[in-house]
Amino acid sequence: PVRCLSAITPELKTTLDKVVTSHKVVLFMKGTKEFPQCGFSHTVVQILTSLNVPFETLNILENDVLRQGLKEYSNWPTFPQLYIDGEFFGGCDIAVEAYKSGQLQELLEKTLCS
Amino acid sequence: MGVTKEGVESSLSSKLNPSHLEVIDTSGGCGASFAIEIVSAQFEGKRLLERHRMVNAALVEEMKEIHALSIKKALTPDQWKQQQESEKSQSTAQDASS
Repeated sequence: PVRCLSAITPELKTTLDKVVTSHKVVLFMKGTKEFPQCGFSHTVVQILTSLNVPFETLNILENDVLRQGLKEYSNWPTFPQLYIDGEFFGGCDIAVEAYKSGQLQELLEKTLCS
Repeated sequence: MGVTKEGVESSLSSKLNPSHLEVIDTSGGCGASFAIEIVSAQFEGKRLLERHRMVNAALVEEMKEIHALSIKKALTPDQWKQQQESEKSQSTAQDASS
């Protein structure tokens, strides 16, 4: 079947490239760091906070173009979406697994100290 | 209309040929929301992110209507067996101590 995949413009892609590389840790989420508006987003904020790393958040509920574009940019259908060092790391389940196993802390240490 | 537990199960079964599959409806009546445990030989040699992408891809149609999807486990048959055995030995240990 032919599907039209055009939610993301070249301009938006360039902007997203900049956003995810301008900070070591970026979380696209529902709500804000202070007021997450979904349990999954809240969980990832808690994890990052407990690891005591600086991170940037963007509220996708305030920008539907961003929200739809990101799904294609990351090839990931849901939020939150965690980016580390310019690369898509995963959603909530992956963040939780990596947190439990210690891999997330390891990666963040490596990223933030480089 | 809407996405059902059975619909999610049949899409995952046909696309990922799982040896173990558990789909839990977590919606509580407020819309489609599911938690999934899946064991498939197709996950062999793939990182967790790739495995989750495979699950998302298998549910691409359903995802348009699903509000929340939680992939609790995406394991290979070997990992699943190991996990089952370690759970069993843990519960045996607990039984012995009680």
